[in-house]
Amino acid sequence: MSSHSPPQTLAQKLIARASGRSHVTPGDIVTCEVDLAMSHDSSGPRRVAPLLERLGVTVWDPDKYVIVTDHYLPAVDSESQAIIRFTRDWVAREGIRHFHDGVGICHAVLPEKGHLRPGMLAVGGDSHSPTGGAFGAYMFGVGATEMLGVLVTGQIWLRVPDTIRIEWDGRFAPGVCAKDAMLFLCGRFGMDGGRYQAVEYAGSAVRALPMQERMTMSNMTAEFGGQAGLVAPDETTLAWLAAAGVEGVDAAPWFSDPDAPLLAHHRFDAGALAPQVAAPYSPANAAAVGDYAGESIDIAYVGACTGAKLEDLRMAASVLRGRRIARGVQLMVAPASAADQRQAEREGTLAALLDAGATLLPNACGACAGYGAHRFGENARVISSTARNFKGRMGAASAQVFLASPWTVAASALEGRIADPRPYLDTRQENRT
Amino acid sequence: MSGMVWKVGNDIDTDALAPGKYMKCDIDEIARHCLEDVLPGFASTVRPGDVLVAGRNFGIGSSREQAPEALKRLGVAAVVAPSFAGLFYRNALNLGLAVVVCERADEIPDGARVKVDAAAGRIDGPGLSLPCQPIPPFLLQMLDAGGLLPHLAQRLANEPNLGKRR
Repeated sequence: MSSHSPPQTLAQKLIARASGRSHVTPGDIVTCEVDLAMSHDSSGPRRVAPLLERLGVTVWDPDKYVIVTDHYLPAVDSESQAIIRFTRDWVAREGIRHFHDGVGICHAVLPEKGHLRPGMLAVGGDSHSPTGGAFGAYMFGVGATEMLGVLVTGQIWLRVPDTIRIEWDGRFAPGVCAKDAMLFLCGRFGMDGGRYQAVEYAGSAVRALPMQERMTMSNMTAEFGGQAGLVAPDETTLAWLAAAGVEGVDAAPWFSDPDAPLLAHHRFDAGALAPQVAAPYSPANAAAVGDYAGESIDIAYVGACTGAKLEDLRMAASVLRGRRIARGVQLMVAPASAADQRQAEREGTLAALLDAGATLLPNACGACAGYGAHRFGENARVISSTARNFKGRMGAASAQVFLASPWTVAASALEGRIADPRPYLDTRQENRT
Repeated sequence: MSGMVWKVGNDIDTDALAPGKYMKCDIDEIARHCLEDVLPGFASTVRPGDVLVAGRNFGIGSSREQAPEALKRLGVAAVVAPSFAGLFYRNALNLGLAVVVCERADEIPDGARVKVDAAAGRIDGPGLSLPCQPIPPFLLQMLDAGGLLPHLAQRLANEPNLGKRR
């Protein structure tokens, strides 16, 4: 920015660009051009196509609309089959080129395919769309009717958000990860801690995180109550994009000016954070693992865009390698994408999980969305690497779901009760950063 | 709009409003299960024009707009709460469901008959008159049109260059 401009946060800079201004102020209502829109099988074609037809229009730019199937796969009944079939037929009819069918969960697949780049303004028909903020894109979730508005006009209105800066200094300890950091924030500030503003994650511990861990932070901004969850792009971002085939990206403009006004600024010592567990029925019921250690569990679930990406699978594997899960415990693993599963297979991560007794489930939302085949039964006691444990979401209203990191889920599977993963860690493998 | 008050607590989530296992069904079926784990009997006894008065952070969770759509289908005239999840708030207005921010919502008694004036930002009832945050004018305009779909239809009729016509 020129020295004459007032200092701006990353969120302001992203929205200024998208609204064609040099500067925006929190509280302004602006209209933004949308660079990318994403829908999945549940919120997408089956909801928007009839409305587009009623209005007599088509998608404003089919190359900017990405569709992913993940909620109703595997299609286990005729209603799910009909939804998937409609999605495929409509995509073909409308000439949507970016259709990722049965290859994983939208928030894992979008970055994998190189759709998200620093500087973009993007919307997703799913509440975990803030995941895109890990790439320095202003991405947020919208409902199907709001998506209709984007598909007709290519635009969306925004109230320019204030920014809440969350800084993690130092390094996260072995056995502690982005999931723990986000559960901690939910516990500390509540599910409305983000106040539907922009949350920016920064500090040396965040800088040291690989992209998929940053994605977990941005992803769970949904539970923290922010509209967007941003990480300023850097060399780690550019390396990911290059691997995804995206070259020539300029990350340089996309950072918060040091003196930009903030709504709140919280600094935490990453090294002091313990693994976290959130009790039913809210991520805000989070506390250090010791507070819940010993709670019995029947099911350990490693799944979802939040908790089953390659990095998450590696965490679980590092605890489970060479060990067997406790008798009577069911460990289910639903890798977030087919590509992550293939890599896990190549490097031996998947074998470590399966040898420990894991059951492999499809690359889809599964029990996290609770829409289809995998729902937990009456009184099931579950520990899960997913994002939400609302009453009745993942199964029967009587099911008790605890949330934790993949490390803690894996350690709990070994013991048949909620357990601290740190005693199980092979520290030679944990020197990732 | 005036109707009878139904009260619910803090942090009512979208799974409570539109349970996941019914998401593959049409809105009538979803609406039949609206709030069944929180307020059993609500969906079968709520009457058109009634008002849902909630605690803070109403509508947390999913982007599924079947959550406000189910309330609308049941005839709920307005949701009043000290705060809303941002995504739910946008979805509700897009569907033409009035959502009214009232810091003192907890003072409204269960079962009371109240009148909600979303434009003026006021809730009145027996021995009760509470200020609310007015809905911003451009959103009120969309709410008055019945939501984003009719609003888009109006715009398409008036702006020949808007949208890619079939």
